[in-house]
Amino acid sequence: MTMPKPNGNTRLAVNPIACSGHGLCAELLPELISLDEWGYPVIDAQPVPWRLRRLARRAVTDCPALALRFSPVPERAGQARPAPSRRVPSA
Amino acid sequence: MNPATVSTALPPQNRAGGAGLPRLLPPAGENGDLASHLGRRGPVPYRGRAQALIGDLRLAGLAGRGGAAFPAYRKLEAVAAAPAGRAIVVGNGAEGEPASHKDEALLLLAPHLVLDGLQLAAEAVGATRAVLYVRRPVRARARLDVQVSERDARGLDRVAVELVSAPDRFLAGQESALASLVSGGAAVPRFAPPRVFERGVDGRPTLVQNVETLAHLALIARYGPAWFRAVGTPDEPGSMLCTLRQADGSVTVTEAAIGISLQALLRTDSIAGGSGGPSPLAILVGGYHGTWLPAGQASGLTLSNAALRPVGALAGAGVLATLPADRCGLVETARVVRYLALESAGQCGPCLNGLPSIAAAMAELAAPRPSPRVLDDLSRWTGLVEGRGACHHPDGTVRLVRSSLRVFAAEIRHHQWGCCSAASFAPFLPVPAGPSSDEDWS
Repeated sequence: MTMPKPNGNTRLAVNPIACSGHGLCAELLPELISLDEWGYPVIDAQPVPWRLRRLARRAVTDCPALALRFSPVPERAGQARPAPSRRVPSA
Repeated sequence: MNPATVSTALPPQNRAGGAGLPRLLPPAGENGDLASHLGRRGPVPYRGRAQALIGDLRLAGLAGRGGAAFPAYRKLEAVAAAPAGRAIVVGNGAEGEPASHKDEALLLLAPHLVLDGLQLAAEAVGATRAVLYVRRPVRARARLDVQVSERDARGLDRVAVELVSAPDRFLAGQESALASLVSGGAAVPRFAPPRVFERGVDGRPTLVQNVETLAHLALIARYGPAWFRAVGTPDEPGSMLCTLRQADGSVTVTEAAIGISLQALLRTDSIAGGSGGPSPLAILVGGYHGTWLPAGQASGLTLSNAALRPVGALAGAGVLATLPADRCGLVETARVVRYLALESAGQCGPCLNGLPSIAAAMAELAAPRPSPRVLDDLSRWTGLVEGRGACHHPDGTVRLVRSSLRVFAAEIRHHQWGCCSAASFAPFLPVPAGPSSDEDWS
């Protein structure tokens, strides 16, 4: 199975039924994920920035409940699309 | 619990196909048996091929009457696209909302219109299975068995109808919970996608329509889209069944044209806990996932999402309740929110943890001298659960809680001073007796 790759139009999303609040994702990626007072992830809805793509992918693959995934950023009518993140050739 | 009575105050004219109301419910004095149904409506108007009805539903602008008001034709179109012989249709009469009785009234008074609609929907999407999903304790349930076999004996139905009992849970009618129960599982929601119209009952594309939507569909198949649009508003055509709970405790199910003034519907000026009594303070619009509105504001609005959306409300499944002047809106809301917290399927962390916290805070707010912290807690917790469930249960609960904080702000200050303006603490909004258990989801 191929995993959708994070790009300028992808964000993180959690399946709230599968999520059991391990909290690993928030440890790996505090820039985009915090834990609520019950230990469940609150996820920044912004597209995953290019510089965080590797960590984001690790958070997805390492989730013990397989509850975290990439999902397309929904486009809303009348709202400007977020500026595409700048592609920097990776080292 | 108050059994709903059906309003007979409406004009009793209404020949078949007439434009007047009621359309769905039979005229007073006529019961919904098969002979009178056939006499008045004629046989099921099959189209002879799949998809034929979908264009009519689109022109009619029929929206789902289960609460979400999703365009009916779009669901039919999606399910009709499934490979031949795969699709299933389900008539949803779960009516898990304790304050709603309209589906029960419809199944009691016009069951054959619903069953006609189920057959026509099955034909339109090419379904090979038809299920009628009905709340277990409903009076109509036992009679439906007989009515279905009567139709069988007459050869009216082309697809055999299975009756499936819905558990008496708030979320039993949620589409994915329904699909799970009819597939043999527990009636708990699942995370989408896939959507139920893609993979529903037994993994097959499943059309779920509220029973009232099916009844409207059966009338549109007979009288056409133009007839349907003769009542209602251009954007929200047709009529809808409403369950009205007056301040005196009486409950009626009535069929109202969409766009009618709420004042006319609720008689807000005449129902004041006895003639000459104080005016009611607030109206609950849209049921337990709905919105409290100040009575004065509500009486200037109409029964339509176009009018209600700007004030943060929706017509939902047509549940409207007038809070009696002698009750405390915070006490009523706290009791309902406790019930909603217990009705969480308990699958999603934010709902499982957040709703009981919110319910406890509401209970504190409903009592004298709540902690000064409680409003901050509520503001934080409502923000934390909103949009974080697999279904809309947390969102609907938050909508109700926030509206109560707005509309009963003056009463909150009373409580902070140690007073409550209620003269009676007898429960007004119905909540099923006994605490809900974790069991009995099937």
